[in-house]
Amino acid sequence: MTATVGRYVAAFGRFWWNFLVGDTPELFVGVLVIVGAALALRHDRVAAVVAVPLLAVAVLAASTYRGRSRV
Amino acid sequence: MTSTVVLMLAVFAASAVEMVEALTIVVAAGTTRGWRSAFEGTAVAVVLLGAIVGAVGVPLVHLVPIAVLRVVIGALLLILGLGWLRKAILRSSGHKAMHDEDAIYAKTVAELGLGEGAAPSRRDALGFVVAFKGVFLEGMEVVLIVLSLGSSSHHLGLAAAAAGAAILIVGGIGVLVARQLSEVPENAMKMGVGLMLTSFGVFWAGEGSGVHWPGSDLSILALIAFFAAVTGIAIPLMRRALPGASGSRRVPAARSRLDEAASR
Repeated sequence: MTATVGRYVAAFGRFWWNFLVGDTPELFVGVLVIVGAALALRHDRVAAVVAVPLLAVAVLAASTYRGRSRV
Repeated sequence: MTSTVVLMLAVFAASAVEMVEALTIVVAAGTTRGWRSAFEGTAVAVVLLGAIVGAVGVPLVHLVPIAVLRVVIGALLLILGLGWLRKAILRSSGHKAMHDEDAIYAKTVAELGLGEGAAPSRRDALGFVVAFKGVFLEGMEVVLIVLSLGSSSHHLGLAAAAAGAAILIVGGIGVLVARQLSEVPENAMKMGVGLMLTSFGVFWAGEGSGVHWPGSDLSILALIAFFAAVTGIAIPLMRRALPGASGSRRVPAARSRLDEAASR
């Protein structure tokens, strides 16, 4: 019984790890940075409206470039 | 109103993309192991996914403070959306092979064909499990999108209805065209959904954090246009980064796809 529960918990954890991090950990870290920036800049509307989308572009560019084929 | 329409579109398109992938596996299971078990596996998976939406979504809307919900959901949508956009850019620029529904179909049929054959009218455990797993695993991403977009905008019912409509329409088309699923422009759809999810993610992460977007919901459309422009610039730039590429030459993965289509 305990082993079965343990297996399900491990599978659940593995699903979320693969879903959130998987083979693109830079996206996960980048999204944390974007959310952190939105929270930090919430009192400066103009800066937040400009910085948050630009940060998303930077994360996308970095992750896409990292995923390029090199052969 | 604007965000509701875009939300419905995003959920519909995301569900349609995932359904194409699931349907390929179901058709492979149905033709090799019998349709009865494939349909039963599909039905059980769809009911289970619907139950998850009801069991998780409703408490999520009523118990979690809206600001917290929007930040978490914004982050979740950004991870999903940026991931889909990244994949779509890599595929369009030739760095990654296009998703090949024919190859998935052939692989699933080969795997199922190794087992003992089953009469079409009889119940077959392998056909049931393969169809169930295919629909359930692909459907989990749809569930997350329905929960995220539906709960953050308090339109869980609408989001679930959009996903249901996509499942019915793609399922219906799948029954008619069966093995022509490779004709579906999956990468273009994935790019469109990636654009919408990323835009919603940026919008909700900002709103939940206390950032007020100019024009409120209308800024979602501006964000979609902005990320579409970025994607349009990124694809040719990434083509130039191909090993051995010079200028705007056609890329190997794209060329093989075009040649394949031309030879049909």
